Amino acid sequence: MLEVENLHAYYGKSHILQGVAFDVGEGEIVSLLGRNGVGRSTTCKSIMGLVPPRGSIRFKGEELAGMSAHRIARKGIGYVPEDRLTFSGLSTRENLEMGVQKVGAESRWTIDDAYRLFPRLSERADVKADLLSGGEQQMLSMCRTMMGNPALVMIDEPTEGLAPQIVEQVGDFLLEVAASGVSILLVEQKLSIAMRVSHRVYVMGHGQIVFEGTPQDLQADDAVRREWLEV
Amino acid sequence: MIESVVFSLLNGVLYGMLLFMLASGLTLIFGMMGVLNFAHASFYMLGAYCAYSISQVLGFWGALVIAPIIVGLLGALIERVGLRNVHKHGHVAELLFTFGLVYVIDELVILVWGQLPVDYRIPEALDFTLFSLYGSDFPAYRGFILFMAVAMFVAIYLLLVRTRVGMIIRASLSHPDMVGALGHNVPRIFTFVFAFGTGLAGLAGVMAGNYFITEPGMAFAMGPIVFVVVVLGGLGSLGGALVASLIIGLVTTFAVGMNYSIADMLASAGIAFGQDSVLGINLSRFGPMLPYLLMVLILIFRPRGLMGSRES
Ligand SMILES: Nc1ncnc2c1ncn2[C@@H]1O[C@H](COP(=O)(O)OP(=O)(O)O)[C@@H](O)[C@H]1O
Ligand SMILES: [Mg+2]
Repeated sequence: MLEVENLHAYYGKSHILQGVAFDVGEGEIVSLLGRNGVGRSTTCKSIMGLVPPRGSIRFKGEELAGMSAHRIARKGIGYVPEDRLTFSGLSTRENLEMGVQKVGAESRWTIDDAYRLFPRLSERADVKADLLSGGEQQMLSMCRTMMGNPALVMIDEPTEGLAPQIVEQVGDFLLEVAASGVSILLVEQKLSIAMRVSHRVYVMGHGQIVFEGTPQDLQADDAVRREWLEV
Repeated sequence: MIESVVFSLLNGVLYGMLLFMLASGLTLIFGMMGVLNFAHASFYMLGAYCAYSISQVLGFWGALVIAPIIVGLLGALIERVGLRNVHKHGHVAELLFTFGLVYVIDELVILVWGQLPVDYRIPEALDFTLFSLYGSDFPAYRGFILFMAVAMFVAIYLLLVRTRVGMIIRASLSHPDMVGALGHNVPRIFTFVFAFGTGLAGLAGVMAGNYFITEPGMAFAMGPIVFVVVVLGGLGSLGGALVASLIIGLVTTFAVGMNYSIADMLASAGIAFGQDSVLGINLSRFGPMLPYLLMVLILIFRPRGLMGSRES
């Protein structure tokens, strides 16, 4: 469904992504793991068109490199950024409405789904987003993206800084998203949730993919984990 | 005394609301695009001149409708072919672009309409006394400006708070990239906001051009004070712009009416001191400085302004 080949990205003169290649199949949950600063977020941003990409990004057979972010989103790619970026002047409900791309169109995910999965969001529907807790903002940011009815969603470090109980909820949410037929590219640093939900995992180091396999393969490969993941 | 207070109050609110017409567009444009549009008051001047020319043919009411639309369309054009391309080269380039625009528009206005003020007048239908209070007249046109300014505030508020477009604009104030990543065409929203903001400036020009004087210097007279309002209110904050407009409007109007000095006040408290020193200077003469002093102070003590959310 998503095929990334020879992806390069730069911030000014620094060469951040140096030929990243991976793919995500239909209905798959794929994790992109790695230590801080290896370029996982930059990978998401280049796919989304927020950082100019070089190389090839094909989605359902169509080349995305060079398209603007809003067109990429309309092609069916959703993005949940690591810093959540909820709209502070808007209420929880308005934030969810911001995710809707075509008013009145059919969507796999609706505001009611968001409220059912995270009752906390419905309790805080009229509260401004900047007054929500970190966990609530994470739920909001994920649900907001789902309102756009994406076929694939990239979720960048959703469990960062959250209490273990909320991390569990995020894991359940990912499984529910996948069950609704949406593919997921999950970016994580910690292995716990990625190992629980992923079909396949990639490990990134210094702007390149250094490992590809199933969670079991990664579990078995002490050398890779020691060199590229453990801190 | 009470009479002068009431009239200063009315005139201060009136001037403040005129400032708000300009400041609202400027602050929206800044909030979304992160660029201070130096040329904002030039669009205000264009509004006045367009209104003058159009009113020769269609009368004031035709000009009131058409001039802001023309100015807004011109704004859209400038954003689309100019600013959008300059945007890629960063904020400094954008700033310099709008700075250059000030002089281009200024020279164009002189080329087309000449150096001297044009005879843009208050329409006869509004040229009467609305009411008299304590023997002073309050002209109907001032009432009209007040009415239009309030109507405009309500309209902007409803647009921003009650419509989907408004919601997308408000979201773009905090994270424009994220708005794009959710599938909204942010460049198109930028063009719309720029056109809307410059159109509002044009509307202010239509209404102020005949209340003050329509001349090539009017952009320079209004430009700096609008910046003060926007900085004071907090860059990007509409509510802040309203409060700051009213503060500046009232402060400058009341200062002009202050016909005594600090030395006079001391004298009335029985202290004869400083009549020949700086304390003897009539307070009204500090009036023009007050807004800028306020801006300097707010930048030192509260850089995000009264109600702004980000640092300027
Ligand atoms: N906006 C930016 N400007 C310059 N360098 C950046 C920027 N964002 C990230 N970087 C650098 O790019 C590298 C990769 O960052 P990132 O993609 O955020 O890594 P990760 O998400 O894997 O932690 C890091 O070295 C980081 O310092
Ligand atoms: Mg990251």
